[in-house]
Amino acid sequence: MPPLVVARGIVKRYGAFTAVDGISFHVEEGECFGILGPNGAGKTTTVRLMAALSPLTAGQLLVDGLDVSRHGRQVRARLGLVPQHDNLDPELTVWQNLRVFSRYYDIPRAVAEERAAELLEFFHLQDRSRQRVETLSAGMRRRLIIARALINAPRLLVLDEPTTGLDPQARHVLWQRLRQLKAQGVTMVLTTHYMEEAEQLCDRLVILNEGRVVVEGSPQALVERYAGREVVEVHLGLDGDGEQVLARLAGVGDLSWERAGDVLFLYVRGEDGLDPALLRGVGERVVFRRPNLEDVFLRLTGRGLTE
Amino acid sequence: MTLALPRPDLSARALCLWQRNWDVLRNTWVEETVWPFVEPLVTLLALGLGLGRIVDLPGDESYLEFVAPGLLAIFPMWAATSEAGWSSYFRLESERIFDAVMATPLSVDDITTGEVLWAATRGLISTCFILVVIAAFGTVASPLALLVPLAAVPACLFFAAISLCNTALARSVRSLNYFFVLYITPQFWLSGAWFPLDGLPEWAQRLSWWVPSAHAAELFRGLVRGGLEWGHLGHLAWLAGAALLFYALALLLMRRRLVH
Repeated sequence: MPPLVVARGIVKRYGAFTAVDGISFHVEEGECFGILGPNGAGKTTTVRLMAALSPLTAGQLLVDGLDVSRHGRQVRARLGLVPQHDNLDPELTVWQNLRVFSRYYDIPRAVAEERAAELLEFFHLQDRSRQRVETLSAGMRRRLIIARALINAPRLLVLDEPTTGLDPQARHVLWQRLRQLKAQGVTMVLTTHYMEEAEQLCDRLVILNEGRVVVEGSPQALVERYAGREVVEVHLGLDGDGEQVLARLAGVGDLSWERAGDVLFLYVRGEDGLDPALLRGVGERVVFRRPNLEDVFLRLTGRGLTE
Repeated sequence: MTLALPRPDLSARALCLWQRNWDVLRNTWVEETVWPFVEPLVTLLALGLGLGRIVDLPGDESYLEFVAPGLLAIFPMWAATSEAGWSSYFRLESERIFDAVMATPLSVDDITTGEVLWAATRGLISTCFILVVIAAFGTVASPLALLVPLAAVPACLFFAAISLCNTALARSVRSLNYFFVLYITPQFWLSGAWFPLDGLPEWAQRLSWWVPSAHAAELFRGLVRGGLEWGHLGHLAWLAGAALLFYALALLLMRRRLVH
């Protein structure tokens, strides 16, 4: 089966500013593909290009075999977009939001009403259908936006930072729903800067920085490759001496390190991990932990402020 | 930014946006219709019972009879321009309705077209209401007045389109005001609805060729009084041409505003 999305060297410039600088990737049918990166890395721009909302400057982008530059309407007809900023229709009720949207896709009334009822139930909004969207909580609004994006039974669901601004409960409820959708075979593209979200949901991901792909792979493979088996955080205190710590570790093989402010990060690759005795009495505090995607992300995109 | 007009990318889906606005109006029609319904009514009462008693026109026409068809030109102008003005701006910037719609199979040209048709519809609703009111006041002399809603289509489309152009250019909701203060309010007073333009000096009469609502007022006066001439076709053509021109401009300006 050919990939559902194919991006080949896509570029987007705004005047002198290059938001997306030659990105290539593909998304297979049925998978959840993550686009990660710090603010300003080009995640939202990539999503807008994929949804045929914004014209490409260069490169080629195919969605379901259709060139977004030439078949914008058809691409958008097959796609559901969950934008980063809430744009539900505040003058309409929950039900009307779905119904009005279904008309934009030429969905016959009976089909649309059946589908809207199903979606409201799936997202636990069935008791709210007659309320104006202004009365909904942030979590409910997010669920409704996703329901709206599914009204046309899209081939591809694109979510731009779907859980930003939600409290932990609402976020976990949403993750649960998204995993269920994935189990039903919905192909998803997701941007996020929550690493936990990417680990929970994504089969494969790219990390972007300054408009380019820095790395691509599955979350597990990336963690293994870039963060090793164990991460040791040595909290040095404000005037701590990192050189001294590193001198003690001079003999340890398969180790890389990084200094960020008052913390020294040690990435340990060896099978047996690092002998805690080596770090006894060092710094203010030493934390041994499992590596995660956040370590990969910060190693590759930098621990300093990029803005 | 080029201003060349590539082929418009239009589909019948433009009507879905019109229908969205219609659905909203059905939710809120009481709040929405108080102003455009009460204002012309009060105006007619004030003019008929008040000002009308002290104004003496040449001929046997009463002032109320003179003013009534003019109202068909100016109140629908308000209805159409304020809908494509403040209301469209609200949908554009505050509610981000168009952002949501752009992610569906509608094109930006569909959105522009739907908005122009909708604002023109608001103008036509106002036209029909005023026609009923002036008929109830006994100021309609000819059955040709039944053609007013049809004849009002070009004028309503023109006012919708030019106001949407202004909306597409506006940097903030306050900057919409220039258009209303400098363009619409003067037309409200100087369209020939309140006093006959043919008594004005030569230069002012020539200037009135450029005033859209003056063309509309002449056209409706002809229909309501039943004195149609070939010249009225000229007024209709002027309005239709201007509507087309500003619709094309609205397509361009909305593309510039919405496509990044």
